[in-house]
Amino acid sequence: MAIHLTKESKVLVQGMTGGEGMRHTRRMLAVGTNIVGGVNPRKSGRTVDFDERSVPVFGSVGEGIAATGADVSVLFVPPAFAKAAVIEAADAGIGLAVVITEGIPVHDTVAFTTYAKDRGTRVIGPNCPGLITPGQSNAGIIPADIARPGRIGLVSKSGTLTYQLMYELRDIGFSTCVGIGGDPVVGTSHIDCLAAFQDDPDTELVVLIGEIGGDAEERAAAYVRDHVTKPVVGYIAGFTAPEGRTMGHAGAIVSGSSGTAAAKRRALEAAGVRVGSTPTETARHVLDLLDAPR
Amino acid sequence: MDLYEHQARELFEEHGILVPRAEVAHSAKQARESARRLGGRVVVKAQVKTGGRGKAGGVKLAADPAAAELTARQILGMDIKGHRVGKVMLAQPVDIEREFYISYVLDRAAGRFLAIASAEGGMEIEEVAAERPEAVARVPVDPAEGVTSAKAGEIAAAAGLPPQTVDVLVRLWEVLVREDALLVEVNPLVRTRQGQILALDGKVTLDDNAAFRQARWGAEADAHDDPLEARAAAKGLNYVRLDGEVGIIGNGAGLVMSTLDVVAGCGARPANFLDIGGGASAQIMADGLAVILSDPSVRSVLVNVFGGITACDTVAEGIVRALDTVRLTKPLVVRLDGNNAERGRAVLDGHAHPLVEQATTMDGAARQAARLALSA
Repeated sequence: MAIHLTKESKVLVQGMTGGEGMRHTRRMLAVGTNIVGGVNPRKSGRTVDFDERSVPVFGSVGEGIAATGADVSVLFVPPAFAKAAVIEAADAGIGLAVVITEGIPVHDTVAFTTYAKDRGTRVIGPNCPGLITPGQSNAGIIPADIARPGRIGLVSKSGTLTYQLMYELRDIGFSTCVGIGGDPVVGTSHIDCLAAFQDDPDTELVVLIGEIGGDAEERAAAYVRDHVTKPVVGYIAGFTAPEGRTMGHAGAIVSGSSGTAAAKRRALEAAGVRVGSTPTETARHVLDLLDAPR
Repeated sequence: MDLYEHQARELFEEHGILVPRAEVAHSAKQARESARRLGGRVVVKAQVKTGGRGKAGGVKLAADPAAAELTARQILGMDIKGHRVGKVMLAQPVDIEREFYISYVLDRAAGRFLAIASAEGGMEIEEVAAERPEAVARVPVDPAEGVTSAKAGEIAAAAGLPPQTVDVLVRLWEVLVREDALLVEVNPLVRTRQGQILALDGKVTLDDNAAFRQARWGAEADAHDDPLEARAAAKGLNYVRLDGEVGIIGNGAGLVMSTLDVVAGCGARPANFLDIGGGASAQIMADGLAVILSDPSVRSVLVNVFGGITACDTVAEGIVRALDTVRLTKPLVVRLDGNNAERGRAVLDGHAHPLVEQATTMDGAARQAARLALSA
């Protein structure tokens, strides 16, 4: 089962023929992702060889879907072209668009996430590492060899904290790990993933990673309290971040008294979520709750 | 990036919103000249990127150019909530009949912009919202449609603003969209006794991600008050200076923020945030170390890297090569984990620098860096 991505997923890569696109398409293919094509209007009709596999390039997402039945697109297009690329994917009827691109202007993200939602396309990202269902499929840049398949679901604003937690819990393994991205506006929220993990029979426990900025974690806490019966373990980064400064991620900023790590932690704990003080302590909470050997 | 009030004023003016006549002065002498050109009687306003200037004594009325010079001398150099006043704006006083509030803010949760408007301007909008929530209208804006005259009419009606404000609401939306702003606020928007609608004070936050298509704010974006931040920015480093004693280098914004927190949990204070991203080349490592080591409060440095796509041996080689160009003056604790971690650790062991030590876990590395900083 897993969420949003399985071995049945047929994946297109928009921006496949660029440097990052080539590098990560190779990595995704190497772990068994069913990549059915790339999209580049200037290289339509060609094929690109990756080790054993030859991947066709389509002129548009629409052509790619018509030829292959693709239902997922991973986007490595530059910031200036990301909005048009997501709108193209949504117009073509793709089910899931995973936007890896960092540095997209917020007005563009507001436009394409709203547009995609109205057309039934789920957007993950932007500025995210994508998602992985270990052993089945990898849509994005999360290293596939960190952890094996297992019973933990993970949703995170941060890429490297995702990797750190996957590494700490590699022996238990993961159903699906979703990096939702660190921008102020993202297409898929913690709540969307919590809802999906709650319904996923392969997921026994959810790890929720947040950071300063906005109130996504507070809203996720309320959702956990009201709708999630599976155990949830949390981690929040940015307790030491000064007010008014952007900490790496465009969305990671404390404004006045809003968006603080302390408020997020309090909200999660009040909802019954165990919150670790460090990534390692967070992993220990997971092991305790799963009654797993340490 | 937040703009100064005088820059916000310029943007409003460019987009056809009426503003008082004003000039910027960097010295008391200049202030006197400006006041003379503006007709003598002026409001002298400290230019700092923070609220509460009035309460701090940073906004004062001056009756004539001589008084403006004296007032500017008092305000220039003043510290307002940690911001030093380097310039003042002198503006013609306005005969106010009523004050309103309007803004467009990003609603992160809804993923769209929200118009906030109130017929009770002048105060902090948070205070108005807390005391009389019914006095503050919040109207979501559809990104595809934007704020048309009809939409602006809806916003004005919801807040009880006079019909004359509709045009300003439309133009302010143009400022938001054309300038790639994340926040535009006019507070107060006033009606004068002569019946004009004027933007008396404003706040604009621009989207740094849009710099590639908003070139004219480039120089402003590069201006850093802190010399180390300026140096780091010149090297393209993602660096924020803090006031602690443990220098920190890591990969990925989330992991670096987490590293700061874990160090703080060990009783020491982080001296900075520095995310070297996925690349972690020798050059980036050398540039990062150079900036951190030139911070006089730094007593130890912690490098915390989780090799996801990045291979740890590449990072380790980067550290070793960086140590050829940067003279290490403080102890350096390195934690490498993930992809090729063992090979990376072996590279550092082979180099055997007397000031470099390794830790195998993030928590252990933070403890060690904290201990070294506190005992130095």
